[in-house]
Amino acid sequence: MAYLKIFRYDPSGGVKPHFQRYELPPEKGMTVLEALFWILENEDPSLAFRCSCREAVCGSCAVHINGEYRLACKTQVDLLGEEITIRPLTHLPLLKDLVVDMKPFFDQYEKIKPYLIPKEEPPENKEYYQSVKDRKKIDTLVDCILCGACYGSCPIAMGDPDYLGPHALSKALRFVQDSRDGGRDQRLAIVATEHGIFRCHTIFNCQKVCPKDIDPTGAIAKLKMKSVGFKIKSMFGFARSAG
Amino acid sequence: MIFHDIIVVGGGLAGLRAAIAAKMNGVDVAVISKLHPVRSHSGAAQGGINAALANNPDGKDDTPDRHAYDTIKGSDFLADQEAAFIMTEAAPGIIREMEHWGCPFSRFQDGSIAQRPFGGAGFPRTCYGADRTGHYLLQTLFEQCVKHQVKIMEEWFVLGVSIDDNRVCRGVVCLDLHTGNLEMVGANAVIFATGGSGRMYGGKTTNALTSTGLGVAMAFWAGVPVKDIEFLQFHPTTLFKNNVLMTEGCRGEGGYLINKDGERYMSRYVSEKVMELGPRDIVSRSTQTEIEEGRGVEGKYVYLDLRHLGAQKIMERLPGIREICIDFIGIDPIEKPIPIVPSMHYTMGGIDCDQNGRTEVPGFYAAGECACVSVHGSNRLGGNSLLETIVFGRRSGEDAKNYVEDKEKKPQEASLKKTAEEVKRQLNTIGGGNGKEHPYKIRDELGEVMVNHFGIFRTESEMKEGQEKLGKLRERFKKVRPIDSGRAWNYDKVWRMELAGNLCLTQCIAIGALNRTESRGAHFRRDFSKRDDANWLKHTLYRHTPEGPQISYKEVQLGRFEPEERKY
Repeated sequence: MAYLKIFRYDPSGGVKPHFQRYELPPEKGMTVLEALFWILENEDPSLAFRCSCREAVCGSCAVHINGEYRLACKTQVDLLGEEITIRPLTHLPLLKDLVVDMKPFFDQYEKIKPYLIPKEEPPENKEYYQSVKDRKKIDTLVDCILCGACYGSCPIAMGDPDYLGPHALSKALRFVQDSRDGGRDQRLAIVATEHGIFRCHTIFNCQKVCPKDIDPTGAIAKLKMKSVGFKIKSMFGFARSAG
Repeated sequence: MIFHDIIVVGGGLAGLRAAIAAKMNGVDVAVISKLHPVRSHSGAAQGGINAALANNPDGKDDTPDRHAYDTIKGSDFLADQEAAFIMTEAAPGIIREMEHWGCPFSRFQDGSIAQRPFGGAGFPRTCYGADRTGHYLLQTLFEQCVKHQVKIMEEWFVLGVSIDDNRVCRGVVCLDLHTGNLEMVGANAVIFATGGSGRMYGGKTTNALTSTGLGVAMAFWAGVPVKDIEFLQFHPTTLFKNNVLMTEGCRGEGGYLINKDGERYMSRYVSEKVMELGPRDIVSRSTQTEIEEGRGVEGKYVYLDLRHLGAQKIMERLPGIREICIDFIGIDPIEKPIPIVPSMHYTMGGIDCDQNGRTEVPGFYAAGECACVSVHGSNRLGGNSLLETIVFGRRSGEDAKNYVEDKEKKPQEASLKKTAEEVKRQLNTIGGGNGKEHPYKIRDELGEVMVNHFGIFRTESEMKEGQEKLGKLRERFKKVRPIDSGRAWNYDKVWRMELAGNLCLTQCIAIGALNRTESRGAHFRRDFSKRDDANWLKHTLYRHTPEGPQISYKEVQLGRFEPEERKY
């Protein structure tokens, strides 16, 4: 028999933050998301949580489950032991129960200019050619589903609300390493700050929790290397003009 | 009162592309979406997007005309041919534009966009980014929205379209999930891009929990006709356990379908040349036949076998499939075959609109899966839905821009207020009684009825029985009571409306499917197993009346290709 201990909070209904305990039916092969639905449909219709695809691609359902940030939809109840504690993502304003305000998270993402800044005008009636080798340089970085697990797990994000966060920084590398992109210097200037890559203490939490096996810690380390070169060059006026 | 020149409802590929088209033309546009755009179900599309780029060494002779022919043949000749040509001719440009905006497509050795074979296609023309094509396209369009500063109202749930007494669209009324407040949003044009309706089939669908089809139902209630919704695509390969999609790309890369005897059973149904790459309607029927005739594993499913492709190819081309199998069923497809069944995947039909997304109500547009142009006719080819979203999303956005140009930029308050009153009334009365019925129970039973009575194979007697059951569910729904009284994040309200939408659309489907005494594309009747062009080469139109759905028919726009028997 498994129990779920779920964080509950509803400022609009006057419900103060607390944990509520629910008993789950002894059903095999349930995911945490299915367990949340079971509670919603059988025990408490007011429980709020986000979800959509139920197949780990939409990034809606990242929550804190038994000490780790994970996607509820792909976490199996059977593997979690008898007591399962579920909390919302941290470092983000609480809205209701497991739902947090993702706005600060997306604000950070927008700061790094998360779109291709073309190096050159696109060829007419042709795609930009990108070698298989160059395409490989953005592998996994392009798989980010913006679920927020990395951000929740990051102790730096807790202490510094202006910290760009592992999601935005690895997105920055996704463009810096894209052979079609010409915004490298602009982006390095944005991330090479005290609220950017230099704030990262290489704690590896983000790498550990990423449900898509992206390595934001490694991405930040790469950006650090690139920006050192960039800083030296810009000191001597060699930096490429921003495209 | 909020006002924007154009309101796009839905933040998936069609919606975002429409919004970008409007915004790039300098129009004041906003997207309203019940989800953050990157959560949209477009992002779950896997295998690819079709365009006759002729990059593949085996596809050098491919052209938009050949793409159009495959599309029309695949549609079992129910597609409007001019629309199909518009789509296939726009395809190469649309793909290149997405690439120029940074979409990380997979590449061939020469650095061009990689293309793989897909079902029902004469050439390998499906452009892909591994097996995460939808995700890459959606991220790219969202990135462009950030770049162009497109306004997005997320987690706002549209509950009503405002159409005034002169039958002109004036905006929408929505529920702000964060506060529980009803908001009126005035607009001169509204573009619906609300996605699919898979959840009519309960859990037996590849669709997201949020693909409920309420957008189509809302348009229908507002008096806009709906078209061809009796045609529902069943995808041949979805996980036996939870119906998560296993992309057609698995077969495009060379995967086999095998029954319990280890036999590649498709040889029984299509030519040796085509095998697993038949169109979806045929492969789904073949698979269902294998299971029904006792050649399924444990009598329940068949295998999608990728083992012979080897670890490298699987990890390079189908990493997402492998991840899903490992996460959800504990099977690594490098080592073991994947248990699969066909299940509900796509609605070919939808809101009746033309090649520019226009419906019969001025200012009201539709694009993407909720719309029916129709380019897919009675059976969509894999790789054509992503294409449709972007091509017709863009066209709707551009047409709406022209439409709003000379309109007065202010909300028509009287019309919006009337709609808001109507929405309030609906919220209180639709499933807002004090009876003993539980909405979730009705939802689950509805799914079962649809799976059992309106599935891959249909007969009059089964459908009639299903129709009766649907009627009973609608009666019971009147006795549903609200089960959550909270204001913020009240899903009960939303889901009751969605269930009302499902009950309405399924009522239409039952009538349309019973009427259509032929087999065409995904609509297969055991009691009328042949296509009947003399009587049924026509679109079904459904209109809302107080007495129930009213059916009429509309000619198919034929063109260069004469209807012929479909052979693969």
